Amino acid sequence: MKPFSRLNHILRNLPVHLALIIMCLLWILPTLGLFVTSFRSREAVRASGWWTILQREQQPGQAGYETYCASCHGPRGDALAEADLSDPALIAKYPRANRLLPVLKQEINGMPHLSDPALPENPKDALDTLTPIVTYLQTLSGESDQTARLTLRNYADALVGYKGTQDYITDCQQGTASALAKFRCDASDLLNPEGMGRAFINTLIVAIPSTILPVFFAALAAYAFAWMDFKGRQWLFAILVGLQIVPLQMTLVPIARLYVSLGMADTFLGIWLFHTGFGLPYAIYLMRNFIGGLPREMFESAYIDGANHWLVFLRMVLPLSLPAIASLGIFQFLWVWNDFLVAKVFLATHPVLTVQVTNLIDPRGGNWHILTGAAFLSFIIPMIVFFAFQRYFVRGLLAGSVKG
Amino acid sequence: MLPTITRQGRLIPWLYLAPALVIMLIFVVFPVFNTISLSLKDKTSTRSAEVSCVAGEPCWGKLENYRYALTNPEMTQALRNNARWLILMVPGTVIVGLLFALLADRVPYESLAKSIIFMPMAISFVGAGVIWRFVYHIESGGGEQIGLLNALLVRLGASPVAFLSNPAINNYALMVVGVWLWAGFCMTVLSAAIKGLPSEVLEAARVDGTNEWQLFWRIMLPMIAPTLLVVTTTMVINVLKIFDIVFVMTGGNFGTEVIANRMFKLIVTDTGRSMAIAVLLIVLTIPLVLFNVYRFRLQEREE
Repeated sequence: MKPFSRLNHILRNLPVHLALIIMCLLWILPTLGLFVTSFRSREAVRASGWWTILQREQQPGQAGYETYCASCHGPRGDALAEADLSDPALIAKYPRANRLLPVLKQEINGMPHLSDPALPENPKDALDTLTPIVTYLQTLSGESDQTARLTLRNYADALVGYKGTQDYITDCQQGTASALAKFRCDASDLLNPEGMGRAFINTLIVAIPSTILPVFFAALAAYAFAWMDFKGRQWLFAILVGLQIVPLQMTLVPIARLYVSLGMADTFLGIWLFHTGFGLPYAIYLMRNFIGGLPREMFESAYIDGANHWLVFLRMVLPLSLPAIASLGIFQFLWVWNDFLVAKVFLATHPVLTVQVTNLIDPRGGNWHILTGAAFLSFIIPMIVFFAFQRYFVRGLLAGSVKG
Repeated sequence: MLPTITRQGRLIPWLYLAPALVIMLIFVVFPVFNTISLSLKDKTSTRSAEVSCVAGEPCWGKLENYRYALTNPEMTQALRNNARWLILMVPGTVIVGLLFALLADRVPYESLAKSIIFMPMAISFVGAGVIWRFVYHIESGGGEQIGLLNALLVRLGASPVAFLSNPAINNYALMVVGVWLWAGFCMTVLSAAIKGLPSEVLEAARVDGTNEWQLFWRIMLPMIAPTLLVVTTTMVINVLKIFDIVFVMTGGNFGTEVIANRMFKLIVTDTGRSMAIAVLLIVLTIPLVLFNVYRFRLQEREE
């Protein structure tokens, strides 16, 4: 292609590129805001919007320093070796403006220390000018610990479920009584029932069996539907697939009551079985279509060689169905991981991530720093699964789009 | 049709089917009948719903809970809101999804753009609710606006807006979240349909001098119409059952109530009414799901 025709092509497509890029930016902006906010300190979150993170923040006193001092001492204070302002030992001698002022009044080589511009004549005004500069010098030399712009402390708070007035790490270091009453300030806090750490483990405990069980049971049933002969095969399959239309809401109360009478309320077994039951109709449908599409000759030769059904299922069907199992498994895993309603109803005492996030919501919006961190913790696994197995996920979702 | 060798004893198939059948009987079939029977009982679940009738007021007898589900002001508001979602959010999502599919089809970074649009589908509705609560956040104490939209409004010289508690706009604010979530789904399905169009037909039209606009309206759109229909019905089902977004963002307050949230609120306090709403929900969705399954099988047969 000639270079000009290529350029022409790009120019002609410019509106398309612009529209698409703008839409993509709009789509990613809300999530980006949550992500950035989760790394900002509580004070910063309250004081300014997350987009200001890109602006260069003016330190207090920086403007004064640049007016009076930067021309000789340089922007970082280390331009003059004999008076290195970035040296903490030197700065430590001048903790306050009234200690610094006499030094500045002394002449250097017969010339005023400060001439262009000079400090105000009135001592009070001179001190007022100097005070922020002293603060800035302390920051510059590393004398005062500069508050970090980005922090991981929100994540610590979210993981242990800390709701104090300061953050968990600070309160633990200072031994604040209110913190020590509920927290032990060691690794065991990660299992605090109000924290996202515990919720993360609960979600894993819920999601893994709730994925494996329906996929395995569905594969078993699908094998029977595809390669075995029995009475009523067709209509039974039609009924099972038809059960996909039953919405979740129909099944909540009867099962909840059943669990109470069986003493299974608030147990992991209960939620595993519920997710299995609800996931099966679609899983059987998908697996039957895939297993039924495997080559018939393969089964015939295996049977002729004397293999029984169990061996064929275990050694041939399961390994060959891996693409379908992957699509189905990823779809079901993310469905369970992101589920809120079922976990809220069946697992009140072991909150999963979604339930824990809703527990952290403050109607007045006072804890965005923790809430954003908590929400992001709940995204980590779905994001990894999504980006690693996007193809399978999309396939499972497309096939599952008829689910009720 | 099956290889003769697969004939086996009568028992063996049922061994393979048993785990799935037993679990589905308990967890899907039994609850459906139980829910229907509970919907005819009052809040104690032991007496007929008739007992909650008040003398002198309208009463539907055994179907009293259904009278609540269809005529109570709280429920009519919820039904009205679901209808609004249907009218605005469903077409909105389908159109945005179609637009994405068409645009992404013409650029080299197609898969990246699609990943970005599709990503909200991977995270939970609860998480999406938190993300958007933050976007809509209003600082009423006089501090700096830290919510993206209100900061933008203030920057433009307008006064901040309570997006989630102002009944005039909060339903639309929630619908935007819905579009943000589901546009990726619509895009993916429609994109697959567009890619499946026979390229000879499109090329022939272009050679004949059809412009892109005509090409879209006269050729592409009619050809992807069946897929558009499936996407639309799927979205209608999703919207009828919309719950998490509303629960997380407004809790159904300030005039944003929807059917599924109403059902959830009543689960403990008045099971009979709650179950009547659940039955209403399935009655509304059944025709659509059946239609979808039918279309889906038709499509599979064509392939």
